[in-house]
Amino acid sequence: MNESSAPAGRPQPLFASHEWVYSRKVKGTFRTLKWTLLWLLLGFYYVAPWFRWERGEGAPDQAFLIDMASRRAYFLWIEIWPQEVYYLVGLLIIGAIGLFFVTALAGRVWCGFFCPQTVWTDLFLWAETLIEGDRNARMRIDRAPLSLDKAFRKVAKHGVWLFISAATGGAWILYFGDAYEVLPEVFTGRASPTVYFLIGLFTTTTYLLAGWAREQVCIYMCPWPRFQAAMFDEDSLIVTYEAWRGEPRGKAKTGQSFEGRGDCVDCTLCHQVCPTGVDIRKGQQLACIGCALCIDACAGVMDRVGLPRGLITYDSIANQIARQKGEPSTLRPVRPRTIAYVAILALVVAVMTFSMATRSRVEINVLKDRAPLFVRLTDGSIRNSYTYKVLNMERQAKTFELSIDGIENAQLRVIGFEDEWTDLAKLPVKPDAVGSFRVLVRADRARLDGKSSDLTLVLEDKSNGAVHEYDAAFSGPAR
Amino acid sequence: MAEREIDPVTGIETTGHEWDGIKELNTPLPKWWLYSFYATIVWAIGYFVLYPAWPSLSGYTEGMLGYSSRAELAATMDQVKQSRVGWLTKFEEKSVDEIAEDQELLQYAMAGGRAIFGENCAPCHGAGGAGAPGYPVLADDDWIWGGTPEEIYTSVQYGIRSAHEDTREAMMLAFGADEILEAPQIKSVANHVMSLAGAGQSTAEGALIFEEQCSACHGEDGKGLREMGGPNLTDGIWLYGEGVEALTAQIAAPKHGVMPAWVDRIDDVSIKQVSIYVHSLGGGEK
Repeated sequence: MNESSAPAGRPQPLFASHEWVYSRKVKGTFRTLKWTLLWLLLGFYYVAPWFRWERGEGAPDQAFLIDMASRRAYFLWIEIWPQEVYYLVGLLIIGAIGLFFVTALAGRVWCGFFCPQTVWTDLFLWAETLIEGDRNARMRIDRAPLSLDKAFRKVAKHGVWLFISAATGGAWILYFGDAYEVLPEVFTGRASPTVYFLIGLFTTTTYLLAGWAREQVCIYMCPWPRFQAAMFDEDSLIVTYEAWRGEPRGKAKTGQSFEGRGDCVDCTLCHQVCPTGVDIRKGQQLACIGCALCIDACAGVMDRVGLPRGLITYDSIANQIARQKGEPSTLRPVRPRTIAYVAILALVVAVMTFSMATRSRVEINVLKDRAPLFVRLTDGSIRNSYTYKVLNMERQAKTFELSIDGIENAQLRVIGFEDEWTDLAKLPVKPDAVGSFRVLVRADRARLDGKSSDLTLVLEDKSNGAVHEYDAAFSGPAR
Repeated sequence: MAEREIDPVTGIETTGHEWDGIKELNTPLPKWWLYSFYATIVWAIGYFVLYPAWPSLSGYTEGMLGYSSRAELAATMDQVKQSRVGWLTKFEEKSVDEIAEDQELLQYAMAGGRAIFGENCAPCHGAGGAGAPGYPVLADDDWIWGGTPEEIYTSVQYGIRSAHEDTREAMMLAFGADEILEAPQIKSVANHVMSLAGAGQSTAEGALIFEEQCSACHGEDGKGLREMGGPNLTDGIWLYGEGVEALTAQIAAPKHGVMPAWVDRIDDVSIKQVSIYVHSLGGGEK
């Protein structure tokens, strides 16, 4: 990218025109792997909203659903309330560390194989190749004056692109509402303006990013290439050109021996198949997304000229240097950096899994009244009040029993539910709802420890016997 | 731009900019980036034209769309008012006692009353009804004029010693200032009142004066008479301060707090809500 193509003597301009990358079709191991991943990933993206998952009465039955209006997210058997958003944070941490680990191990695997930008660009390129032909044909069409054939192919291409984009944007909104209801609504014009706006937005961005921007996203917009260098070390496996073996390069002539020269036949196929327009023979560079298509291209050429494959291959810098000197292979996938990443990853996964498996479907929030901190009653006793909230995340109505512990003879009342002083109050909470109660607690002044005494609010779930305790403070006058 | 200069280490051209011997390499930005930048400028111009943008000495340019965040707020508030209509009719139709019985209305009134209380009542009675000397605590269970929802509703409506004709009214005689009692007599009756609340020593003289002068309003046992507005003197909760001195002062020359009648100030639904809220503060009676 930095190599200037400006004519000598004239200063290079500060802004560079976009040079369109015409990447060539290629066949090989990694291309097959990329196609497989593409169909799996896209298949999941388009099909997942249609899966159902029975959750009982009153709950949506979509397997993957983010319900903004009622503030719930559903993933198969897991239901997330906004209060539990830390699970999402945990997922993001796992994603980030997983990314660091894979990058330290085998370079930009995410960029080259899994990133949506790469996957959709591949899909768009597939359509482009189908309609306009391979690299040379496409270059010819773009150079040619406008003709009926050219116009037809261009219109067809952009039509297919827009269709894919609309399907992308259309599928996105299915994750935010019942797929079987939303889709007919969209086609009959009954969906909300927000839905149409979002479809339009994602259609436009997909069309622009995968159709027009392509490698510009990776080179100029994405932050990941900027700090990936910190994840690499000399032992990371990266897509690389074995210069020690390939140089000096030169065209191969039939019958000529490879004695005294490098194995690279300078066919530039590695450069031609690159989706970001990189020449890998110049070494590791920012624009290389590690998609490994140049490995496939070079393997085919090496087969044809009868040389061993692997002139361009996944290799580490350290191993290359070793092989150049004729020393034994030094591949070190297990090293302090990768061990550290795996350890952190395992720890986070373990913590998240444990907390997910043992999480309670009832949560308690208590807010003690601070104005006034306490009130003296006519019989001389001291009263505190609390706003007591019970989050019932289950799909059944529940009746809880609230009692208090920690202060002898203390009693409680619940405004609107329990009008007399009592030891035990029944709190009914609707399914999938938050019950808010104003709880008053009265205690004899003689039983208090002065300004602050320990009080435990004990909530028992009568449906399963589970007990939820909350340690509250009980204020009183100083001794 | 300066002469074309190639950096010898990287082989890349420099921009000609130099700071303390450090030269900037020319890594050209893509053209589309430049055009996106121009597009944002064009966008900004469109924004200037359509929306309020430039301040002037006496105001600002209003923009062709006539947008104003103040009008937007007014529209939102109108919507909120619309959404309240259903609730408000229920509050209009039902009595305070009925509202207190209805779970849903109770929750609504507690939330709404809290806001109304904060705006109108908290300056004197404190946030959460904590009270202050001279201003009764509303969170406790000591009520001078009664603590049921209906009684609180009446107090809020017409006030205490207010200008309204239906006001709650009670006056204590100024026993010292009007020379009804001598200073020693006041002292002994103050001591007797203290003993009613479980502190201080009563005397036969004090008990006798209490019976003659005070029991008509405060009751023979000192537990107060609500119909007269006579506070309970046995519960240790003192409106104008605790101790013999404060009591002596109050008997000699009583202070009389005034609460305005809210019926002329806020609407009936608000008074109902705030009454429910005060009732829910904790000391409410059945």
